[in-house]
Amino acid sequence: MPSTEITIRNVTFKNPVLTASGTFGYGLECEAFLDVSRLGGVVTKSISRKPRDGNPPQRIAETTAGMLNSIGLANVGVDVFLQSKLPLLRERGATTIVNIAASSIEEYCEVLEMCEEQEGVSGYEINVSCPNVKDGGLNFGTHCPSVAQITRELRRRTEKMLAIKLTPNVTSIGEFARACEAEGADAVSCVNTFIGMAVDVRTRRPKIATITGGYSGPAIKPIALAKVYEARKAVSIPIIGIGGIMSAEDAIEFMIVGASLVQVGTALFIDPAAGVKIAAGIEGYLAEQKMDSVRDLIGSLDTSMQPSLIAAGWS
Amino acid sequence: MFQETVTILESRQVADNVHTLAFASERIARATRPGQFLNIKPNSSLDPLLRRAYSVHRIEGDRVEIIYNIVGQGSAIFASKRPGDPLDVLGPLGVPFHYEGEYATAVLVSGGVGIAPMPVLGAALAALGKRVINIHGARTAGMIANDGRLIDPRFATDDGSLGFRGNVVGALGQYLEQEGAADLRVFACGPNRMLSALGGFCNARGIALEVSLECQMACGIGICQGCPVEMGTGDRKYTLVCTHGPNYDFRDIILDSLPSVH
Repeated sequence: MPSTEITIRNVTFKNPVLTASGTFGYGLECEAFLDVSRLGGVVTKSISRKPRDGNPPQRIAETTAGMLNSIGLANVGVDVFLQSKLPLLRERGATTIVNIAASSIEEYCEVLEMCEEQEGVSGYEINVSCPNVKDGGLNFGTHCPSVAQITRELRRRTEKMLAIKLTPNVTSIGEFARACEAEGADAVSCVNTFIGMAVDVRTRRPKIATITGGYSGPAIKPIALAKVYEARKAVSIPIIGIGGIMSAEDAIEFMIVGASLVQVGTALFIDPAAGVKIAAGIEGYLAEQKMDSVRDLIGSLDTSMQPSLIAAGWS
Repeated sequence: MFQETVTILESRQVADNVHTLAFASERIARATRPGQFLNIKPNSSLDPLLRRAYSVHRIEGDRVEIIYNIVGQGSAIFASKRPGDPLDVLGPLGVPFHYEGEYATAVLVSGGVGIAPMPVLGAALAALGKRVINIHGARTAGMIANDGRLIDPRFATDDGSLGFRGNVVGALGQYLEQEGAADLRVFACGPNRMLSALGGFCNARGIALEVSLECQMACGIGICQGCPVEMGTGDRKYTLVCTHGPNYDFRDIILDSLPSVH
């Protein structure tokens, strides 16, 4: 049996497939469809200090092979999360990464410190890149000194795995990844959603209430892969690859390009068990390729030759 | 709830732009309660990407049926299905109608494919010994989806080509004039503007109204948070139509917060 384990800092993920923040609730909604302990990990919905209502409807719209969302970080707040969600995730054997969103550096620190006191938190992913809220979110994530400062302040406060989730809506994601690495982040998650838009031509109204929103799904995969590739060249810390992963093959592409872990997001809206199916598919691929470990995939991209016609899709 | 690849039994057109699709699933047939819905993938392609949410229209043994208009890419694909084709179905989802309790008469008011949840609800109400009346409206007689099995049906058409000339609110008014409004509850499903007019009518008369909402969803199970409706009561600003609804006491929601699907 090939090894599918990946270790980042002091967390060993049993396989490289995690659920992306905001696409799997608090990890407890889908128990009819899967055992969450079979996932590499569960990244929670973004948790803020106080509960957030989220944005008004319409929050979602389908686009060609993708979707727009503008949820606006609706969440129960850290108190309710720690009281009523985290203990259940722990009971079910999930490797839980708490995603934190905030509108100030103090709020990020406060939420993290509250989580530090709890059992069952394996690590953190910091959302500095939500495109759908005015306070916090993108105005941190597109300002490199802010990302660096948030990373620095949180690193001082935890020995647990700390990943920073980056936005692709910047000129150079590599620069942001380097800032995170320099301030002690254990990993960078690449990428959050792209800013996108769709219009109803009959009414000439935007299809979502905030006019623009976060664009996700299989349509963004090639752009996300290019962002992971750029980050890979910029830093040596692990990268968590995210963006339109629908299948094991998609996940393997991200790992070949340089991701150590991947997150599955939009796919869960169609198949809540997609994460465990993709993990099984990766294991099957490793066996088929006679590889001993999934780690051998990471960054194994062969750029020594021109792509073959078959690889270019002309088979 | 289950995710199941089922086999299509029948696909047909039952009125102008009104179609039904039936499939076999013992588990879904047994588990579905009145007012629950299914989230169905049009095909295995990445475009269209998302599932489509449909109320369960009829259950007969293991046979489960949905009813729909062709309004876009997904519904056009459903209409092209043939018996024997596979279908990826997730469900049953949502909180059922709150139809139990002490009252004598249930009036089931529907507009267009808002008729979807009424046969299953009507059967459950009849089993409880309630008197059941259906008031079903559409623009014209040709758009009325009447398979002859609705319990005590009254029809309303905008052009008067069948039944009451006018909308279902007018038809309900006429019914109440004749039969009175005592010991009665109204259950309704249809376009938002119909539900809004009906809500005004029922509120003014102190008649209990439960509405079944339609909205665009992605997951249908509460993980995407994409289908909020604003609440007028309680301590939460929004609830999710997929997991808290789709069936609400009209007085609890702010219907105007919800974009119309059509």
